[in-house]
Amino acid sequence: MVRISFTPNLLRHVQTPADAVEGDSIGAALEAYFQLNPTARTYVLDDQGMVRKHIAIFLNRDMIPASQALATEVQEQDELYVAQALSGG
Amino acid sequence: MTRFLVGTRKGLFRVEKQGPGQWTIADSWFLGDPVPMVLAQKQGDDILACLDLGHFGNKMRRTRDGGVTWREEIAPAYPEQAEGVKEVDPVRGLEVPWSVKLLWSLAAGPDGTLWCGTIPGGLFRSEDDGATWSLVESLWYDERRKKWSGGGYDFAGIHSILIHPGNPQHITVGVSVGGVWQSQDGGASWEVIGEGLRAEYMPPEMAHDPEAQDPHVIVSCAAAPEQLWMQHHNGIFRSHDWGRTWTEFHDVKPAVFGFAVAVHPKDPETAWFVPAIKDEQRIPAEARPVVTRTQDGGKSFTILSEGLPEPPAYDLVFRHALDINGDGSVLAFGSTTGSLWISEDQGESWQVVSEHLPPIYCVCADQ
Repeated sequence: MVRISFTPNLLRHVQTPADAVEGDSIGAALEAYFQLNPTARTYVLDDQGMVRKHIAIFLNRDMIPASQALATEVQEQDELYVAQALSGG
Repeated sequence: MTRFLVGTRKGLFRVEKQGPGQWTIADSWFLGDPVPMVLAQKQGDDILACLDLGHFGNKMRRTRDGGVTWREEIAPAYPEQAEGVKEVDPVRGLEVPWSVKLLWSLAAGPDGTLWCGTIPGGLFRSEDDGATWSLVESLWYDERRKKWSGGGYDFAGIHSILIHPGNPQHITVGVSVGGVWQSQDGGASWEVIGEGLRAEYMPPEMAHDPEAQDPHVIVSCAAAPEQLWMQHHNGIFRSHDWGRTWTEFHDVKPAVFGFAVAVHPKDPETAWFVPAIKDEQRIPAEARPVVTRTQDGGKSFTILSEGLPEPPAYDLVFRHALDINGDGSVLAFGSTTGSLWISEDQGESWQVVSEHLPPIYCVCADQ
């Protein structure tokens, strides 16, 4: 199982409790999470299913570039953290 | 009694009259979040609000009890982009994303169909009162759409959606930058229209190309819906025939540039504009915000300024930030510097409601 948790900044908009899901890649793990919590999907992924421009995904404290994140392999006990990248005004 | 919804960069507000001349901000929602567009129905009990959450994308929220409770609705989304399909904005050369960048316009047809215009240029339709949305593929896949380009935004967008009140199959949309498009078969096919429009920014021989036009916003008179007014990037135009042909009005003081226009719902001869100097100087002429009004179909225009600020004031009014209520008795407009004014005498005089709101994106009468 892979553990996924989310920036608390999302809580103003959508409930995203941490959870443990199956999956051999970040994309697969996120997909498993969104099967359980479909409302959260569009907050993290865009219309084409890509990681949103201002979302950062950490794998065991390593930030994975958004363009590579979904295909990145994960192992049992890995931890994913979906963060809000710093931007805006 | 009419209330006005005010979508801003930092939340949605509702203004209502609490006594003679006492217009007050009575409600606020989504504080901190940009609200680019709202649609009010059923005397304001039913409000559909678009949120641009930046990091987290564009969302829709709906209340059916006048704002007591809100729930998230499914927002329009582009279909999967086929492998190898790629297009670029013809001006900037950027790849056009198949992903909503902004929920920019909303409209309700007489048959209950909801319409949503977006950046980058997709028109969406909901036939189940907003439960689901589908891209109008006939327009999105139209090869002519690839000539659309970004203006103030990186990509083209649909900012105006006019549905014939007696014929829901008759749909007219305004595109910035892409001209005026019309369907008479419910969106199955489209025609680009706009004879008489003029694009000053184009090479002279291309100035009348209908797809090169940059309508900033188009409005229709409720009592005579074929009568349209347009605030265009370089002028003020009027159409008597649902946008097929247009007449340009020159020499309108203090300027023909601006974003917003409102037309009286019962009198197509009466319309209001909020001018700025010109496209490369988007500030009020002489630093004095004014409203211009015609009551004779464009033969003459009057400058209205009573109650508006003395110079120096640099308020600019965006395209969706001027509105008139359903019986034509109250006007309101808001500026990028967070000022909001209301008039109960056809624009002769204005009352300031606030000068300290966030930048205002849209103003919408709730009835």
